[in-house]
Amino acid sequence: MSQRQVLQGLEEYQKARLQFVQTVAEQATRPQNIETLQNAGVISLLRPLLLDVVPTIQQTAALALGRLANYSDDLADAVVKGDILPQLVYSLAEQNRFYKKAAAFVLRAVGKHSPQRAQAIVDCGALDALVICLEDFDPGVKEAAAWALGCVSRHNAELSQAVVDAGAVPLLVLCIQEPEIALKRIAASALSDISKHSPELAQTVVDAGAIAHLAQMILNPDAKLKQQVLSALSQIAKHSVDLAEMVVEAEIFPVVLTCLKDKDEYVKKNACTLIREIAKHTPELSQLIVNTGGVAAVTDCIGTCKGNTRLPGIMMLGYVAAHSENLAMAVIISKGVPQLSICLSEEPEDHIKAAAAWALGQIGRHTSEHARAVAVTNTLPVLLSLYMSTERSEDLQMKCKKAIKSILQKCTYLPALEPFLYDAPPNILKHVLGQFSKVLPHDSEARRLFVTSGGLRKVQEIQAEPGSLLQDYINSINNCYPEEVVRYYSPGYSDTLLQRVDNYQPVID
Amino acid sequence: MATLARLQARSGFIENQYYFRNSVVDELRNKEHYAAVKIQSWFRGCRVRAYIRYLNRVAIIIQKWWRGYLSRKVYRLTVEVAYYTMKMDLYNAMAVRIQKRWRGYKVRKYCFNYFCFKEYLRAVSEANDTIREVLQEFAEIQESEEKKAELERKEQKREMEARKMHYLLSTKQISGIYNSPFRREPDPRELQLRKAKPLAPQRRRVMQKPSVGLTDWLACTSARSFPRSDILPPINRKPCQGPFRNINEVLEQRYKPLEPTLRATHSVDGLQQARKELRKQEWVHNISDKMFLPFSSHHKKEEYIPSVFSTSKYDPSSCRKQDFRSENPQKWICDKDFQTVFSSFDLFSKYGKSYSKAGEIV
Repeated sequence: MSQRQVLQGLEEYQKARLQFVQTVAEQATRPQNIETLQNAGVISLLRPLLLDVVPTIQQTAALALGRLANYSDDLADAVVKGDILPQLVYSLAEQNRFYKKAAAFVLRAVGKHSPQRAQAIVDCGALDALVICLEDFDPGVKEAAAWALGCVSRHNAELSQAVVDAGAVPLLVLCIQEPEIALKRIAASALSDISKHSPELAQTVVDAGAIAHLAQMILNPDAKLKQQVLSALSQIAKHSVDLAEMVVEAEIFPVVLTCLKDKDEYVKKNACTLIREIAKHTPELSQLIVNTGGVAAVTDCIGTCKGNTRLPGIMMLGYVAAHSENLAMAVIISKGVPQLSICLSEEPEDHIKAAAAWALGQIGRHTSEHARAVAVTNTLPVLLSLYMSTERSEDLQMKCKKAIKSILQKCTYLPALEPFLYDAPPNILKHVLGQFSKVLPHDSEARRLFVTSGGLRKVQEIQAEPGSLLQDYINSINNCYPEEVVRYYSPGYSDTLLQRVDNYQPVID
Repeated sequence: MATLARLQARSGFIENQYYFRNSVVDELRNKEHYAAVKIQSWFRGCRVRAYIRYLNRVAIIIQKWWRGYLSRKVYRLTVEVAYYTMKMDLYNAMAVRIQKRWRGYKVRKYCFNYFCFKEYLRAVSEANDTIREVLQEFAEIQESEEKKAELERKEQKREMEARKMHYLLSTKQISGIYNSPFRREPDPRELQLRKAKPLAPQRRRVMQKPSVGLTDWLACTSARSFPRSDILPPINRKPCQGPFRNINEVLEQRYKPLEPTLRATHSVDGLQQARKELRKQEWVHNISDKMFLPFSSHHKKEEYIPSVFSTSKYDPSSCRKQDFRSENPQKWICDKDFQTVFSSFDLFSKYGKSYSKAGEIV
């Protein structure tokens, strides 16, 4: 037997292995094959191939494993149970960049499913190896490692803390300064995932100097990068006033407002979220946003998009208006109220309606001017119908009720209140009559209008329990009018008149 | 003695008298006693009452004075308090007036200055207007940029198309399809074609087989392990003086990639391998491995009648064996069929590619 024959046997074996892993890797891309592959026990077959002598086979085996683990939590669990992770971590430090990329892909695919899988990754010491990969020369490796770290830290604060303790944050901040767009994107998303859990983690990210670099990238033309950058900034800003101020100090205003005009829906949404997270903390921050014209920009943005993209913008208007009456006035003159009432009536989903109702309530609760501004857009009947309709969610009904109540308690614009006399339930009627009883004694024009529009007649028809608040209000309204007028409009007055005619004995000389 | 005797004589009388008188006295004594007691009690009563009256009168005088004193004291105090209250009320009213004025002033000036508020609202709406304008401008710029990019892309595409279709350009002798002689002016496409540079004929790339041999990974020559860049010819070579060939041609010849002949690049049994591969692929896509069999075998009995148009008297199956191979199987070296092998045609594969123009026929 010659040497050539020996070599040929070896070569054939190698070719077969390569073909096997390539086939599995290719078939794992189709969801319908996954179950067959799993039942065939492919994971245990792939495991020894991770330690193969040929780098291509190793990489392809890792790729196949990654694709399998990517598919479902069960398969990820199988990968964890198969003791594959330590092998990967062991070779992550030593192999070439292609292998590193594939191994990081497996880790990412395993870690993205659930906190338990991510914890398994942390337990096998993968974080240190991944952090070392972040220092690699190849941007592809960095990207894969950053992505894996992001997937691990996404789940909860402990896992994020583990990632931070491994020293990933400064390297991620270095990664967002790299020229490659994809790497920047992934690193920004990883930073966002880390900082979203707690103020301490966000502070760590801030201490690494991430904000300045993130803020620079807001004007980047790449839409996906913008999404991630804005999301990272909003996750940082959401925790506390200090962090929000740090974000504001990076001079993101008014640059971030240009993102509200972007074509991409998610860029708009994340920009709105960022502004909302900043505005919700203090009146001063809200004032700053108002002064840069942020409220107008957000209002316009709400008008140009649909559905869930609107939600952060709506909430932002609510938060700004909730702080003080001046800010609420600013929202009103930025034409926020018509936009919100459009959202309230147009949006099909309950939670967006609820947010709009809440925001309107926050705008209208300050003074009668505010309440009037809300009432003239004809929002109150919409709120009432949402409150009365039975198929709406409980949360929406609660929010509508609160909004109606807080607006009504300030509203002195009687034309908007009148319809409520006819179709409001007693618990709301109480507030309506309260407003009438406050306004009518001081306004003769309104008294006259109240009679001619039939409001007084309606008030007389209301059945109130004696001694109740409602009765008090009715009495004080009645006191504004002469007794004959009140009696004239009471129900059954004509009967009593007829009775008097019957009983009357004419005096005959 | 006489007196004695007289007395003695009178003694009986006296005795009687004495007794009588005594008895009378006794009778009256009780009466008198009660009367005396009554008189005394009345008198004493009168005296005591007078005394008590006196005491009362005196006490009243004392009390009157004392009470007068006390109430005068209280009165003075009350007056003082009332005076003080009145004073304080007045002061308070004045203070309220002052505070009212001051507070109104302060609130109007510092807390809720209506004009300030108006100014604020105006400023806010102004800021809103400017930001709206700026954003509108920004959006417009973005849109126009996008449009421009789109136009550029279209233009490039059109140009590329023109370059590809350059062969449709009309010559002096033959007018192309865009240059109809019956029209006064040529088609705009024709003008475009005139401007476009023809695409250089693309060399066929030598397909590198992605095979990983045993020696490949040992020497790390496989494409997967380390990427290698193609060798680029040096730029900025100055043309040499003298009767030399064009520098580009020389460089092209120098850095020409290896172009093995078709015979060298493809294996002999490529066709068979391709067929096998095809069959394997088909097998993968087959749902059932079993061939579809008709219900009965009655069709086997019928003889196949070929179509009139497709029949010929020359049997295609016979041509290979009988015409090109010796009819006597004894003389065959091996009993297998000949394999079809494509041989390369040097004239065509090398045409136009050779460096020297000496041997060109056409």
